[in-house]
Amino acid sequence: MSPDDRKYTQEHEWAKIEDAGARLVLVGITDYAQDELGDIVYLDLPSAGDAVAHLEKMGEVESVKAVSDLFSPVTGRIDAVNEELLDHPELVNDHPFDAGWIMRVTLDDLAELDSLMSAAEYDEYIGGLH
Amino acid sequence: MNLQTALYRTHLDLGARIVPFGGWDMPVQYSGIINEVRAVRRAAGVFDVSHMGRLYISGPEAAAFLDRMLTGSASGLRVGRARYCLICNEAGGVIDDTILYRLADDRYLLVPNAGNRLAVVAWFRGWIDAEFAGDSSASGVSVEDRTVETALIALQGPNSAAVLDSLCALDGGEPASSSRPFSGRDGRFRVAHGPDVPDGFRDGSEGSIEVFVGRTGYTGEDGFELALDAADAVLVWQSLTDAGALPCGLGARDVLRLEAGLPLHGHEIDSDTSPIEAGLERFVRSAGDYIGRPVLQRQREQGTERKLVGLKLPGRSAPRAGYAIRFQGQEVGRITSGSYSPTLDSSIAMGYVLMRFTEPGRALEVDLRGRPTRAEVTTLPFYDRS
Repeated sequence: MSPDDRKYTQEHEWAKIEDAGARLVLVGITDYAQDELGDIVYLDLPSAGDAVAHLEKMGEVESVKAVSDLFSPVTGRIDAVNEELLDHPELVNDHPFDAGWIMRVTLDDLAELDSLMSAAEYDEYIGGLH
Repeated sequence: MNLQTALYRTHLDLGARIVPFGGWDMPVQYSGIINEVRAVRRAAGVFDVSHMGRLYISGPEAAAFLDRMLTGSASGLRVGRARYCLICNEAGGVIDDTILYRLADDRYLLVPNAGNRLAVVAWFRGWIDAEFAGDSSASGVSVEDRTVETALIALQGPNSAAVLDSLCALDGGEPASSSRPFSGRDGRFRVAHGPDVPDGFRDGSEGSIEVFVGRTGYTGEDGFELALDAADAVLVWQSLTDAGALPCGLGARDVLRLEAGLPLHGHEIDSDTSPIEAGLERFVRSAGDYIGRPVLQRQREQGTERKLVGLKLPGRSAPRAGYAIRFQGQEVGRITSGSYSPTLDSSIAMGYVLMRFTEPGRALEVDLRGRPTRAEVTTLPFYDRS
C-alpha cells in the first residue's frame, strides 16, 4: 500500500505537500519504482532554481543494470535537491517515501496536484502492471 | 516462446525477477545485485546457468574434429582437465567462447553460451556434413546436445569448496575441494533434503545424485559448475542454499565477470571480432590447422587496429555498451560493457580503442549522457582475487 498523504503519477513519482501556504511539495519515486530499478548507484539531478514541468524529464537514475529517466510529477521551480543522495543513493531503495526524497519544488499552482492519482488509484494502477 | 530451466519454479518461489536471455527465461536478481556480488566475493553464491549449452562430442575422431573447430588444443587436453576455447569462423571472428572438458580419450563436454548453442551445433554439424555427408559413423564424431534434459548449477566464491565438500565427493572418494582449477570429474552429491539421506554416499550408493563437477566459473572466484540431470536440479539447488550459498542471478554474474575482465559474447567478442583484438591470444594456438588460423596468425604477427582495454571512471555513474570513447574530442573507440563495480566502489568498463590509445594510464573521455567524464585506461582484470 502506498502512503495516502501524497499524489502519484503513472511514471511512478510521488508529490507530497510540505507547506501548502508556500506551495512547497516534496518529490520522489515510489517503492514500486525503486524495486523495479534494483540497486540505485547514481542520480543525475537538476539544481535548485531550475524549472521543472509536469511529466518532463528532470534527471536520471542509474542502477547497477540500467539508466532510467526521472520525470517531474509537477510544474514549478526547484527549491532544493536531496544532497544526501549524492553519497547515499541507496536511500532511494531503502526509504523511497521519506529519507529518499529527491527534490523540493515550489509549485506554480497547488491545484495541479488534483490531476494526479490518489494512493488507492496508484495501487490499483501498479496492480494491473504485472 | 522462451525455454525455462528445471529451476524456473524455484526462482519464482524465491522472488526472483525473470528476464529473457539467450532464448531462456532467467533470473536476473533475487535479493539485489550488490548483495549477490558481495556474497560471491566474500562467501558463496549459487547460480542457475542451465541456459548454457551442454554438448557432448564423442567418437574416435572427436579430438581431431575439435582440434579443427577450436583455437585451443583438444587433443592436448588431458582427461579430467578443462580449457577455455574459442570457436572462430574463417575470418577469425568469434562464433562463440566455450569451456571444453575432456571426459575420456574419445569424449568431451563443450559448454557454449545460451544464445549461441544452436549456432554452434549447426556449425559443427555443417562441417561434418560437408566432409562426410552427415554420416557420423564415417566421420568418427558425433555431436549430442543434452542441454534441455540436464541442468548446470554454478557454485562460486571463497567458501564454495567448503560448501561443496559438505555435500559432494568425487568418484573415488576424494573431496571436491581436492580437484584442480580447470578440471572436471564425476562425483556424487548427497541430498541434504528429504527423509532418506543415505549413509555412505561416498561409495556411490543409492540416494545420492550423479553430478559432473567442474572446477570452473565466470566470476573471478574459486568455484564449481555442476552438470546433472534436470530432474535432480531442485534438490541440489536447495541443498546448496541450505548449506549457505546465496541465490545469485544473471545481473550479479555480469558484474562479477566484468570485474574479473572476462569477455561476454555479444559484447566484447562476436563474429566480427577476433580473439587477438580481444586480448585472448593466449587461448589461440600458433600451430595447428584450425578454422580461422591464417587470419589470426597474421593478426598476431602484424597487430590489429584496435584492442580491448579496461577503463576506470571516477564516481559511480557507468558508461554502457555502445557509448563513444573520445580523445581530444575525436572518437577513438566504443564501450562494450560497463557497470558500477560494488567490489571496487567505482565505475568500470571495457571497450575497444585504437592501438595508440591502449597503454595503461592513458586518459580518455567518455560522454555519460551529456556529462563528459575522464576514463583512464587500465590493465585487466579490474579485480584479481590472488
